[in-house]
Amino acid sequence: MHSLAKRVSRTGQFLWSGWSGLAGLSVFAAFWQVVHEAYGSFILPSPLETLTAAQALLGDVSAWQLLLTTSSRALSGFALAGVIGTVAGCIAGFHPAILRLVQPQITLMLGVPPIAWIVLLMIWFGTGSATVTTTAAVACLPIVFLGASEGIASRDRLLDDMALSLGMGQVRRFVRITIPQMLNRLFPILVMALGTAFKAAVMAELLANAGGIGEALAVSRSNLDVANALAWILLSVSALLAVEYGLIQPTRSELEAWRHAARPWGVKR
Amino acid sequence: MNALALSNIGHAFLGRTVLDRVGLDIGEGELVALVGPSGCGKSTLLHIAAGLVEPRQGSVIRSYARHAVVFQEPRLLPWATARKNIGMALPERLSGRDRQDRVLAAAAAAALEEEDLDKYPVQLSGGMKQRTAIARGLASEADFLFFDEPFSALDPALRRHMQDIVIRHAGNGRRSGLFITHDMTEAVRIAHRVVVLERRGNGISGERHVPLTPGERDDRMIFETVQRFMKEDPLFRHVEELDERRTG
Repeated sequence: MHSLAKRVSRTGQFLWSGWSGLAGLSVFAAFWQVVHEAYGSFILPSPLETLTAAQALLGDVSAWQLLLTTSSRALSGFALAGVIGTVAGCIAGFHPAILRLVQPQITLMLGVPPIAWIVLLMIWFGTGSATVTTTAAVACLPIVFLGASEGIASRDRLLDDMALSLGMGQVRRFVRITIPQMLNRLFPILVMALGTAFKAAVMAELLANAGGIGEALAVSRSNLDVANALAWILLSVSALLAVEYGLIQPTRSELEAWRHAARPWGVKR
Repeated sequence: MNALALSNIGHAFLGRTVLDRVGLDIGEGELVALVGPSGCGKSTLLHIAAGLVEPRQGSVIRSYARHAVVFQEPRLLPWATARKNIGMALPERLSGRDRQDRVLAAAAAAALEEEDLDKYPVQLSGGMKQRTAIARGLASEADFLFFDEPFSALDPALRRHMQDIVIRHAGNGRRSGLFITHDMTEAVRIAHRVVVLERRGNGISGERHVPLTPGERDDRMIFETVQRFMKEDPLFRHVEELDERRTG
């Protein structure tokens, strides 16, 4: 009963914090409006025009289909990178020698421009979902790996000793002591990686003509339909926000209730 | 019958000898205070005895069932409430109800209020954190407790309170224990026997039995014993020397 009340209050706080997010977006919209008034509708349609265009798009079932296609591609790329990166990062975090061997390769992966990946992947996989998903995965794999390995390598060994002194076995120590510490580091990085996955997916779709939001953007560009292009951008950002605040942030706040407790009253989120 | 028998322990960090030929026996129900100047290898010896460090030489024979360590820092999991931190010492097989009871009993033994059990470590004061750590040690139902200078960061009043908790649960003959400290008053107050580690870790310099049992000694007697040890007894001459070079 007590924990239920706490949960309701936490959820309430989370929803209430939406107002501050809305306020931030309003400031952004105000600047947008200023630029619109300076340069006119052809260069930059007003926020309201864009919203209307987005609304018109959402009335269409095929637009939803496109959104869903892109989101699912970005998410599967993100999930792929998340699983591979976390597992590999954990292994590397425990073995400094492996970490040293892998680090240059991570730098290499980060250094290759995403566009080069797209070209290569188009040659390997053709212009379908696989190319887009893999591009998204390749784009966020290095940061997930670095986050997980950092999280493991910087774990508090004193806690490990403490658990050992209580007679905990290796598996229990890993699950109950090491993983929570690793997730602390990993979560902020996952948020970043998710954004990267969406960006990379849209870009890959645009360049590979692989459907989804990217292709819709390409069509808007050829029609010089700025309002439509902006509407698509708005929709893809909304999809990203929906995933972040619907999936990642709730999981994070669930795991990090203690951080919330540490904050003084009035600055909670 | 000894609860813990260390014989001929030797250890080195990166080729630098920290402990050499150290032997120490602790009887059942006995609380031994191990003193020595800073950096003489007391903590290393405790880590070896508790199985956290593998000694280079010598043997450790434990004839108790379970032990727990109270460290210098509380070492609580920051993401778990005090209740969960205490509960992590309990065996997995217990039912929820049993768990609850044991956590409450351990918390009460360490003078923790029930309302504090749902707080996270960041919300607890230094003394409460250390009490939670003690409760975790007590909850494990260990019959041997190790204390690695657990109260050196606390203020004197709180330290006294903590010592009383230790006396109540380890100095009364029900559990054995090894208590490391560099505070002679603390050693004389809580232990049956005070053992001095040689200042370079070369074996045990000697030991003194403290009269009466812990808890029966009054402040005057403790003060006089400490004075006698420090002023007249050559064994304790080096105990308060500071040599931070050899920490580890």
